[in-house]
This record gives sequence, C-alpha cells and structure tokens, in this order.
Amino acid sequence: MRVKKPSVGALLLGLIPFIAMCLSVSLWDRIDPMIFGIPFNLFWLIAWIVLSTLCMWAAYRVEVARDKKDFGAQ
Amino acid sequence: MSPSAVSLTTIFVIVAMGAAIGFLAGVHRKMDLEQWTVGGRGFGAVLMYLLMAGEVYTTFSFLGASGWAYSRGGPTLYIMAYMTLAYVVSFFILPQIWEVGRNYGMQTQSDFFSLRYGNKYLAGFVCVVGIASFIPYLQLQITGVGIIVSIASFDGIGRTPAMAMSVVLLVAFVFASGVRAVAWVSVLKDVLMVFAAVSIGIGIPYIHFGGIGLMFAALAHSRPAHLTMPGATANLGHTWYISTVLLTSLGFYMWPHAFGAAFTAKSGDTLRRNAVVMPLYTITLVFIFIVGFTAVLVVPGLPNGDLSLLTIIRKSFPPWFLGVIGGAGALTAMVPAAIFILTAATLFAKNLYRPLFAPAMTDDQVAKLARVMVVVLGLISLCFAIYRSATLVSLLLTGYAGVTQFFPGVVLGLYWKRVTMSGVFAGMIAGVATVIFLMLSNRDPLFGWSAGFVALCLNFLITALVSMLTPAIVVPE
Repeated sequence: MRVKKPSVGALLLGLIPFIAMCLSVSLWDRIDPMIFGIPFNLFWLIAWIVLSTLCMWAAYRVEVARDKKDFGAQ
Repeated sequence: MSPSAVSLTTIFVIVAMGAAIGFLAGVHRKMDLEQWTVGGRGFGAVLMYLLMAGEVYTTFSFLGASGWAYSRGGPTLYIMAYMTLAYVVSFFILPQIWEVGRNYGMQTQSDFFSLRYGNKYLAGFVCVVGIASFIPYLQLQITGVGIIVSIASFDGIGRTPAMAMSVVLLVAFVFASGVRAVAWVSVLKDVLMVFAAVSIGIGIPYIHFGGIGLMFAALAHSRPAHLTMPGATANLGHTWYISTVLLTSLGFYMWPHAFGAAFTAKSGDTLRRNAVVMPLYTITLVFIFIVGFTAVLVVPGLPNGDLSLLTIIRKSFPPWFLGVIGGAGALTAMVPAAIFILTAATLFAKNLYRPLFAPAMTDDQVAKLARVMVVVLGLISLCFAIYRSATLVSLLLTGYAGVTQFFPGVVLGLYWKRVTMSGVFAGMIAGVATVIFLMLSNRDPLFGWSAGFVALCLNFLITALVSMLTPAIVVPE
C-alpha cells in the first residue's frame, strides 16, 4: 500500500495553525486588549481561521509544485 | 393564535418543507442497497459538498456551542480551533486515503482496515467502536429536537414526547428516501442556518446592549473570568484545551461517515482544495458563541446551558421568528442524524454482521437488516436521551474519544511500513478500554487531560511497541 507522503514544506506550513490555535493557548487566552470590541482570545481565533486558510493555500502550492516536478522527472 | 401555536406551526412548516424535498429526491429511484446508502455512487461535486457540509453543522454547533458559551464560558472556544485544525489534518491524510481507496476498491472505513491489515476481526472491531460512538452523537441530535420543541411550545410539550416524535420522523424520513434525499434537504438547512446564525448573532446583542462590543464590555466588567479558560469550570483549563483540540481535530475524519465520504470524491486534489477553503466555514460559529455569551447576562440561572440560545430568542423576538430558528434547528438535527443512523445501520449489516456471521447473505437481505437496525439504533438513542442527560458538548466528546482511537491505525497504516496488524489491534483495544474505564469511573478529565487524549497516547505507544515486536506483514502492492 504505497502512497505519496506529504512534503516536508507542506507539513511545516500545516504545523503553523496547530501552534497558533492550540499549543500556544496560554499566550493568547486573555480578554485584553479587546479588538473591535471582541475579547482578545476570540479575536485571535477568528484571525487564525483566516490565516490558517492562507497557510494551507501555501501548502497546496508547495504540493502542486512538487507533483509537477515529479511528473516532469518521469 | 397563541404564541406557542405560532412558533410550533412555523417549525412544522419548515420541517414539512424539508421532508417534502427529501421525499421528492427519493421518488422514481429503485432503492437497492447501493442506491439507498451511497446514492448509487453517482454524486457530483456539488451534491458531495452539500452532503459534507450537512454533516458539519449539527445541533452540536447550534445549541451545544452556545450552551457551553453560556454555562462554561472560555472553554467553548475549543470548538473554533478544532474545526479549523481538523481541515488542516485532512489535507495530509484524505488525498492519501482516497488514493488507496481507488487502488484497492474500498468503499468504507472498515474496508480500509480489512484490506490494509488483512484481518476481518480487526475490521469488525472498528465497526463496533464506530457504531457505539454514533450512539451519543445520535442522542445529541434527538435531545436537541426535544429542547427545540419544548421551548417553542412555551413548555406546553414535554421533552420526552418531543424526542419520541423526532425519532419516529427520523426513521420515516430515512426509510422513505435514503442518502440522496439527505443531501438535498441540507441545502434548505444550510441556508436557514446561516441566516439564523448571523441574524441572532448581531440582533440579540444589539437589542439588549446596543451592539456586540458593548455586550462584551458589560460581560468583561461583571464576569471577567467567564471569558477565559477555565471559565465557569474547575478543571477545563489550558491542558484540557490543548488535549481536547488535538483529540477532536485528529478524530474529525475518523467518523465512519466522514472517512467514507473521502472515497466518493472525484480526485485527491479535490479533497486537498476542500481542506484549504473549508476552515472559513467555521466563522459562522462566532455568531453562535456571541448569543451564548449574551445570554449569560440576559437570562441568568438556567438549569441547562443548552436551553440558553432558544430562551434568549424567545425573550427577544416574536414567536414566528422563534419558529423559524426552531425549524432551522430541527432540520440541523434531523439531517445529520439521518446520515449517522444510515451509516451506522449499514456498517452493522454490511461490514459487521455479514462478513463475521452470515457470509451467504444476499444484498437484499443486508438491506432489510440495515432497515431493522435503523429502528433499533433510533430506539437505543432515544432511551439514552430520556434516561441519561448530559450536555450536548460532552455527548460529542464521548463519541470523539471512541472514534479517535482509529487514528493510529489509519495514519501509521498509510505512512509506516513497519506497522503490524497485532500492533494496531492491541493499541486500539488498549485505547478503547482506557476510554471506557476513565469515562465510566468519572475520571474525565484526568488531571486536567482529556480522557480520550490520554487513551490516544497509550494507543499510539502500544501500537508502535507491539508492531516492532511482531514480524512485519506483507502488504499487497
């Protein structure tokens, strides 16, 4: 059962949302400063929903570029 | 008309519309096993997307998320993180699952385990754990409908009769139309749901405080501890947050219906692109949280947080609007419940009973058995909903603790050549046993760690150790 492993670059990009939204919780779990009237922790998570999408878009580009290269090498 | 008649009639009309769409989608199609359970595998990208979206938004995100924002406070934020990170995880496993699925002709999660590890008992065990994990998830949806009907009737109809009615309706719906109908009803459901979330998320703080910012300022002033972790709880702090987010984001695609959906995609690339945009879907949840937080100040002292969203709507809007939101909520419970009950019943008949006990069964007999199981599972979940009350969020977390135990077997099965059947089987049994023990003895969370996560770590460890001690298996190339 052979599958193509994800590239290291894509994995590192995928790690960023995990660090930002999960592992670093004690750094951003506070009310102040409120931004646009929203507590900081809630604002942080909303911002990272958008930023995670950007990270994964970059990871997608990395994977597509690699697939193209592999295809060319054959 | 009395207020309760207005709101109940509105709910009824919306649910009837949903049912009509479902029945129409089911007519003129011969319902053999394949058609009934996987829509004959003819799902285009649009219908597939609708089906997946229909599974994501359930009563959990509607009443459960606001319920925890109200009763627990800060810890509810885990929901936003886990949904986003689940899609990140999916980027790295779904295209690969799709690829092996295509190469080996897999249709279900159980096929994956049976073909990768070559053992029908392991595949059977996966089915049993999957079906057992669906029960709390079904119970959650049924409880949700009970709450909606009893609040919309201004407490005129009790929770138990409302839940019993919803199970009857659910079974009738599933019998009449199968999975294709479900996908179409979720269109109506999603449109109503987004409308509901945005209008109440902005409207309710505006009515009571003059705006979202002013509401948060008032809450931060009077109950500052509520907005951060551990909020109103004693033990749901940062350790719990990290372990629960990891558990649930890794487990999201281990649900048998979600895992199986990957096989029906057009290509691995479709799944990857989906993973990039799906997190944006999570943003609607913010509005639901806001309603729960507003309710802390406006309707304090409710016995059960899951009542908060509808109670504050009842207090803030006319009865017809309560009916619209209640109708959206009822469909939000029925659509996923139909998917879960279909998946679980089919798993039982096709992937558990037939391979292990009755290999000679025909497809028609399997389909009949699956229909019987729809009724059985509906009744079991109803019994749990009546006799074992729990918050909607903790019900979902119980299910997750079960299905996430598949993760090591899936991810190591894809990426680690050395993993063996004995390793995966031993690890999974250890994980499931740990979950059952910790949950039944009320040790969740265990020293601040989510019980399911503790079990997952043990599962990984045992899978790796036993795999290294047993001879490598020869995997079909």
